Amino acid sequence: MTRYVLMLEDSAAFEPWREMARAALQRAIPPEALDWRIRGGETDLFGQITDDGAGLEALTALPVAKTVTLRASCIALLRDLLCHSDPGRFALAYRIAWRVQSNPHLLEVTTDADIARARIMVRQNREDCHKMASFLRFREDPVQQCERRRFLAWFEPQHHILERIAPFFSKRFTDMDWMILTPRGSIRWDGKELVCSPEPCEQPELDDGFGELWDTYYASTFNPARVRTKAMRREMPGRYWKNLPETRLIPQLVAGAEARVRTMAEQELRPAPAFHERLRAREQRPAGPPLPDMAETLDVLARQIRICTACPLHCPATQAVVGEGPPDARIMIVGEQPGDQEDLAGRPFVGPAGQFLHEALAMAGIDRGTLYLTNAVKHFRFRLQGRRRIHQNPDAGHVVACRPWLEQEIALIRPKLIVSLGATALRALDGPGMAMSDVRGTSWTVGTGENTVRRLALAHPSWLLRLGKGTQGNSERRRFVEGLARVQDVPSPWEA
Amino acid sequence: MKKSLSQRLAILSDAAKYDASCASSGSGRRDSARSGGLGSTTGNGICHAFTPDGRCISLLKILLTNFCVYDCAYCINRSSSNVERARFTPEEVVWLTLEFYRRNCIEGLFLSSGIIRSSDHTMEQLVQVARDLRLKHGFRGYIHLKTIPDASPRLLEEAGRYADRLSINVEMPTVAGLEQYAPQKKAGGIRQAMGEMRLKIDAGRERSHTGRRAERFSPGGQSTQMIVGADAASDQDILASSANLYGSYGLRRVYYSAFSPIPDASALLPAKSPPLQREHRLYQADWLFRFYGFAFGELTAGRADGMLDLELDPKLAWALDNRALFPVDLNRASKEMLLRVPGLGIKAVAAILRARRHQAVRLEDLARLNVSIRKVRPFVQTPGWSPARLTDRHDLRSLFSPAPQQMSLL
Repeated sequence: MTRYVLMLEDSAAFEPWREMARAALQRAIPPEALDWRIRGGETDLFGQITDDGAGLEALTALPVAKTVTLRASCIALLRDLLCHSDPGRFALAYRIAWRVQSNPHLLEVTTDADIARARIMVRQNREDCHKMASFLRFREDPVQQCERRRFLAWFEPQHHILERIAPFFSKRFTDMDWMILTPRGSIRWDGKELVCSPEPCEQPELDDGFGELWDTYYASTFNPARVRTKAMRREMPGRYWKNLPETRLIPQLVAGAEARVRTMAEQELRPAPAFHERLRAREQRPAGPPLPDMAETLDVLARQIRICTACPLHCPATQAVVGEGPPDARIMIVGEQPGDQEDLAGRPFVGPAGQFLHEALAMAGIDRGTLYLTNAVKHFRFRLQGRRRIHQNPDAGHVVACRPWLEQEIALIRPKLIVSLGATALRALDGPGMAMSDVRGTSWTVGTGENTVRRLALAHPSWLLRLGKGTQGNSERRRFVEGLARVQDVPSPWEA
Repeated sequence: MKKSLSQRLAILSDAAKYDASCASSGSGRRDSARSGGLGSTTGNGICHAFTPDGRCISLLKILLTNFCVYDCAYCINRSSSNVERARFTPEEVVWLTLEFYRRNCIEGLFLSSGIIRSSDHTMEQLVQVARDLRLKHGFRGYIHLKTIPDASPRLLEEAGRYADRLSINVEMPTVAGLEQYAPQKKAGGIRQAMGEMRLKIDAGRERSHTGRRAERFSPGGQSTQMIVGADAASDQDILASSANLYGSYGLRRVYYSAFSPIPDASALLPAKSPPLQREHRLYQADWLFRFYGFAFGELTAGRADGMLDLELDPKLAWALDNRALFPVDLNRASKEMLLRVPGLGIKAVAAILRARRHQAVRLEDLARLNVSIRKVRPFVQTPGWSPARLTDRHDLRSLFSPAPQQMSLL
């Protein structure tokens, strides 16, 4: 079998390799017959360049045997791969291109040796880019030629990544001129043009006197009580240290850590500074009279409800949601409990069910500003499922614990009509004796004389929303709006 | 005598370092290509240096001032502490941020402050720094602002407009702990602020029916921090609190900060070395919740004292407690189940799922995916490998436990 020697520059990007690989694939030359070499660097095992193979000319002189195509995903992988500095990269890329011809799914087979190696190399390139973005430091060039500030940096990347990483820097440091010098070439930016050059550079002298401030920050942000140098070295390997001036401080920081912690532990308690005493003295002053047992206004009642701990629901909830509306409202609407949105916002009926209620009120021709809206239970009861809170109906115990608040709201507002939405509100207002299915949509009167109140029982809006878009849902929702509309013409003996 | 900028930088970064949050991620991609200004965010965040405590430096983490009217026992800046006090002007913070940024030392700014005068006054100063950076200097790097409880909604709205992330610390895993150690802070107020932020963050992500974006509000979401080991809360308490925080307020991160001794410490908290291993296990548990589909309750279910196993990572400990579910067939099991196999990470699982569509995955293939065969062996089965009785061995745990160490006499 004839062997062909293919020579490429070390800095060679994808294109030159692609030309050669295409020529070889078209002539069905198997990977074993190709000897990919890097000009100037690679020698054989014995330190000599062996010249036992034919060259590119001999290869292209052969007749083309077939047309070759590579998928875009494959080209993308090979392009990434060839940024790596491993001398075997050209051969590996060709082997993959060759094998893909007969096995189009090869790239998917992550457990294949070639693919696994390629993925590791691609990852290393990405890491190198990331390290360059992380550990490169600009220093200001003291000689300013124009208005724009000029910066210089020196970095030693492991792989041929300059062209890939260059846009990151130009899109970040757009308003300044800068140059990045590396042994593998340089990048220059002047606000308009981004120029990459493969010409190796020498390390320049860099110091703009700003390093001291950074050293100060670096040393002060270190916590001596938690020395974990292994974690630091894993993320910031030693090979980067020589171009990171702050790492000079590491030995003394580590050496002094133990003594600093000891000093902290042995430190004697000292009297607090004078302003502490003044602040605390101010705090001692009473904050006002304690809250009365029975609230005289809705404001006082709201403050009492907000600090209620009568049942365990207050623990996971954000806040108690108190009722809202004019204190002389004639109609009071009582829902079940605040939902997710109500709990976050601290206001009743702002979630999806509240939205539906407002639409229904508008359809029934009722101004919601005249209503007092509240809930039978003031805290949100829920169950956690992953990152979501799932609504749970309150138990009888929660309803009972919360009833004094509802009773005080009714006593303060003295509504003429109370509309209950759903079974929980029904139970809170009328006790456990009534079944929702019997009374839904009906109204009745409770109390006598001065205390006569009209009651109307309706379904809960969230139940109506859950019914969905079908005919049952539509008819139930219509029934709800009709029920609401009756609010205005409910016979009202007490109004006379 | 007025302290120099360098002296104040030393004081105010020392005062800020006990906040563990350092992420510069979660805010999407943004750059200065069109604005011609300065700064970009990559979405994933970049760490620009690491200190010997193993923590990264991503943001310039400083306080505007370490004067504080609160007296929280665990905090170095509490009013009863004798630490040196200092303050920056908003202009100084802006200057430091831009100069460090130009030298590629940082991804942006994490600005917090002691409470001075009132919540609104403090918040106004923080917002001014962010506003100047964005509007005066065209800065497009990352900004993380601390939210001061009880600050006015107008200031919160403005903070959200300029910041990539907002945070407010719950500090203690339980309400009782907070009352004990931070008498001036109110758990209810903190939760209300988080609820308000969640609503605004959600609203900021929505588009109107015409596709118009809502006004920007903290695109990187919100985060919080809990101090571990200062009070008596168990890991179970801490994780339950996390579960509620993630579920209720859609937090991007909950940070766990091992309580660390501070200079001039309060008598309430004697100096002891921080429980770093415990903190590490909590972070692992958090990770399992956020990316591996575990519920927090599962991880502490098998633990009588409600504490995570310090010797073994929580996933391995869970697997040892639930051996009935293993071994898992690598070529058949669902993604959810593969994610629960000790030793298989997110990337390895994705690679297995890809490969097994085309050919059977064998045990030795896993080495190429950077998976420790020793660790997964008892929990998987593949063509050519069955753990047989290995999974049920009563001493299975000892195969993973670290070698016993001689107790130190001193």
